Formats: sequence, structure tokens, C-alpha cells
Amino acid sequence: MELTEFLQYGFIQRALIAGSFIGILCSILGVFLVLRRFSLIGDGLAHATFGSVALAMLMKMSPLYISIPLVMICSLGILKLTEKARLYGDAAIGVVSSLGIAGGVMLASIAGGFNVDLFSYLFGSILSISKAEVIISIVLSVLVILIITFYYHELLSITFDEDSAKASGINTKLINTLFILLTAVTVVLSMKVVGIMLISALLIFPAVTALQIAKSFKAMMIVASLSAVTSVVTGIILSLFLDLPTGATIVIINFIFFISGLLYKRVIKE
Amino acid sequence: MPVDVLNVENLFFRYNSSDVLSDISFSVKAGDYIGLVGPNGSGKTTLIKIILGLLKPFSGHVKLFGDHINAFSGWDRIGYLPQKIPALNPRFPATVREIVAMGLLSKKGFPKHITKADTATVDTILSLLDIRDLKHKPIGELSGGQQQRVLVARAIVNNPEFLILDEPTDALDPEMRDRFFLLLEELNRKKNVTIVIITHDVGNIGRYTSKMLYIDKKVVFYGSFDDFCKSDEITHIFGAFAQHIICHRHDPNLNFSSGEHGAD
Repeated sequence: MELTEFLQYGFIQRALIAGSFIGILCSILGVFLVLRRFSLIGDGLAHATFGSVALAMLMKMSPLYISIPLVMICSLGILKLTEKARLYGDAAIGVVSSLGIAGGVMLASIAGGFNVDLFSYLFGSILSISKAEVIISIVLSVLVILIITFYYHELLSITFDEDSAKASGINTKLINTLFILLTAVTVVLSMKVVGIMLISALLIFPAVTALQIAKSFKAMMIVASLSAVTSVVTGIILSLFLDLPTGATIVIINFIFFISGLLYKRVIKE
Repeated sequence: MPVDVLNVENLFFRYNSSDVLSDISFSVKAGDYIGLVGPNGSGKTTLIKIILGLLKPFSGHVKLFGDHINAFSGWDRIGYLPQKIPALNPRFPATVREIVAMGLLSKKGFPKHITKADTATVDTILSLLDIRDLKHKPIGELSGGQQQRVLVARAIVNNPEFLILDEPTDALDPEMRDRFFLLLEELNRKKNVTIVIITHDVGNIGRYTSKMLYIDKKVVFYGSFDDFCKSDEITHIFGAFAQHIICHRHDPNLNFSSGEHGAD
């Protein structure tokens, strides 16, 4: 089958559009997360998503409606654990992460074991993405880009040095809360693209690839976005032609980009 | 009567039930230039963080320009240089210009936007600190001394009325350190900028400051440098000989050929 033929299918068009927007979302948020050494929050929230999907299935509801609010609460939990209980970020993520997995396994067991649906969320099923999910992805991506644009200097300042940002009057609490909520929603949306198990790859890989190449903060966000969109589009097309799992293919392509960035830095820049 | 720049009253701070700061009280007037000194772990950085609202005290009050710290909103009047930047890694991609421009954000409304005039202001400060040629370089690629100058530039770029500096000269070479102190002296004398500077360089700082604040979990000494040199408490801490060295280093009639900058 030709590529043009593939592109005529509605489900492939939806996958490419939603995947690209989610890729941009993840990569931009990933830049801030990686630089703040909060990369593994994607993993933690993904595991919380697993628990929320199991709950949704038990309640026979659409996972998106249960997962978005629940994972947002979990993300705030991570923030509070670091602020109030003075836990390190990785420990706070670990607490929420393990709770999410344990809750998911327990709920799946109550529901009579893991079924095909739950597996499709674990490993992704971008080709089954619905029109509503495409619209939500686009709206959220635009929202995130607008928020990042309006708060760019504040976010950069907090990412570089949170204490000084606070001492210059920036409302770090508000911006941190807003940022972590956006990350939570993005993680839930990403579960269809690469699956719960691989979400953190979409947050981390484009950012660390860009980190090898970019010389300024803005350049890093642009390179990360381009890398994410290219990997998602190439991943979807390659997985169709080669009959491979889409989520895993996207992650492998991201890994190739990262290695290429690393080699570029070693060979050309240094 | 002019309002004090800073009032600290009966401040206590505890961490894991042990006292870090105990009953700290002092005030800073406009135009004061204060050397905040004390041994390692004496609570200097903690005190600064409480003054800036970054840590909440166990009890006591902090007022900045007459306003309680919780109600204070004039952050554009303050410049701050932290002791260290936790996230500063060699890969951090922000350029020197981007970092210094962060110092201008406190003067901006929403949405914050860096204009061409702001960039020109940033470049002027970079020239003043002799790092203008580094403006497009990522901060992570600079040496420790260059990074420190960038952070100093960020602290003073918005022309603050009150400058708080936490060990600003540690990564600077002796020549740059002297130039930096001269810059602070100029800001203090010509622009009446109030300065609080944490340093271990007790001997050198007395050459510039109008007051010394020595803390060791509590206020041990607060007063002029002359009184610092006569203080029995300071004699008790440093010993009479070391106190004499500290207090007479800046005496032009004395010649200390070795260790000119090494009183830390």
C-alpha cells in the first residue's frame, strides 16, 4: 500500500494530527521538567493514570473523564509532598507512582483481571484515537503554548533559580501549580499515543535531544518540538509499513534522535 | 522620619527541632552597607532567606521598607544574589543575556516582555562587569568566576535600592574581587544603595562596609567596623592578634605582602 493511500484513512489522519499536537505538548513541558530535574514525573503520573484507567473500566466510564481529574489531583499531591512534607521530588514521585500502580492492580483484580482494553492503554493505541480526543489534544496544545508564551520569562526564571525568581516577586506557587496541572493533563492525553508504560519517553527524549544541540532556551523548545513531531509522524508511518507497535516505534525513533544529537555534539560541537 | 529598609524583630528559626536562629533583632537604614559575617552553619544564609520570604520563621517579624514580609510587594526595589544555584548544570541552555534579563522581571507587569531597551540595559551592565562579549554564550559553558559575574549583573540590573548578596566574591579572582567591591562602594555612595553582603572575607569587607553584623545563631555583634575592632566579643572569637590583623589590613601604612586576599 502507498503512503498517499494510507493518509486517506480517517483514523491515520486523526493519529497524525493528535500525535503531532501531543508531541509538541510533551516536548515543551519536557524541556522545563528535564531542566528542573523533574523528568520522572511523567512516569509517576503515568502510573497514576494506570490506576485511574482501571477505576474507569471498573465504573464502565470513558477513562479520559476519570483520569484527567484524578491524575491532576495526584500531580498536586506530588507538589504538596515536595513543598509541605519537604520530600525530594523523586521520592514524592515514587510515592504517587507506586500508589497508582498498586491501586490499578487492585482495581483490575476486583474487575476480574486485566483485559484487552487495559492493555491498549498500557502500550498505546493511537490508531484508535477518537475525534473528541483529537479536538481535546488540539485545544490543550494551543492552551499550553499560550500559557508558555505568556509566562515564558517567569518559567525560565523559575527553572533557572526558583529562589531568585520568588525574590523578584514572581508568584512561583501559582506558576508551579499551573505547570504541574498541565503536565498531568498532557500525560493522560499521551497514554493513547505511546501507552502508559512509555509516556515519560515522550516527555524526556525530545528535551534531552534538544539539550545536545540548542544553545538558547528558545532554540531548545523549538528543536524539542521538531524532534517530537518528526518522531511521532515517522513512528506512525513506519509502524504501519513494518507492522510494528506504534508507541514503541515512536520511542525507538526518539532514542535514535537522541543518539544522533549526542554524536553531533561530540563530533561537531566539541 | 525615614522608614527603615529592613527590620528584623525577635526572629527564631528551627530546623528539625534544633535552633538555627535565636532571637535575632536588628534594623538596616537606607544607605547602610553591612557585612554579614559568622562561622559556617551560623545561619547567615537562612537569615537572608527569611528576610526575602523564602523561608518562614518559627516566630518573629521581618519588615521590608516598612511592610511586613507577607504583605510586601515592592520586589523591584530589591536585588538578590544567592549563594548557589541548585539547577545550574553545564547543559543549561539559557544565554548570559537571558539570565541577566531575569533581573528586570520584577519591574514588569503581565505578560512580562523583554524589550530592546531592556536588552540595551542588560548589555550596559555586562560591559560594566567586563563580560559583554559573553552575552550570547550559554551560562553553563562559562567558568565559575564568569558565572558569578553574570549573577551579580542579574542582581544589580534593575537598579535596586536594597542589594542582598550571599557570598558574591567566592568564585572571583583577586582582581575581579577588588573591582567588584569598588562597584558596590560606588553603588552605595553615589546611588545610596543599601547593601547587605554575606562574606567570609572578614578582613577585606571592613574596608568598605559601614557596619558589621556578626551572627552565630544569635546576634553576637552589630555596629560600626571601628566598634567591631574594639569589641570584646569579637576578640573572644578571633583572638586579639587575628582581630588586629583583620582590623588593620586596610591600613595603608601596614604592608602585608602575603595573603593579601585570603582572610577567609
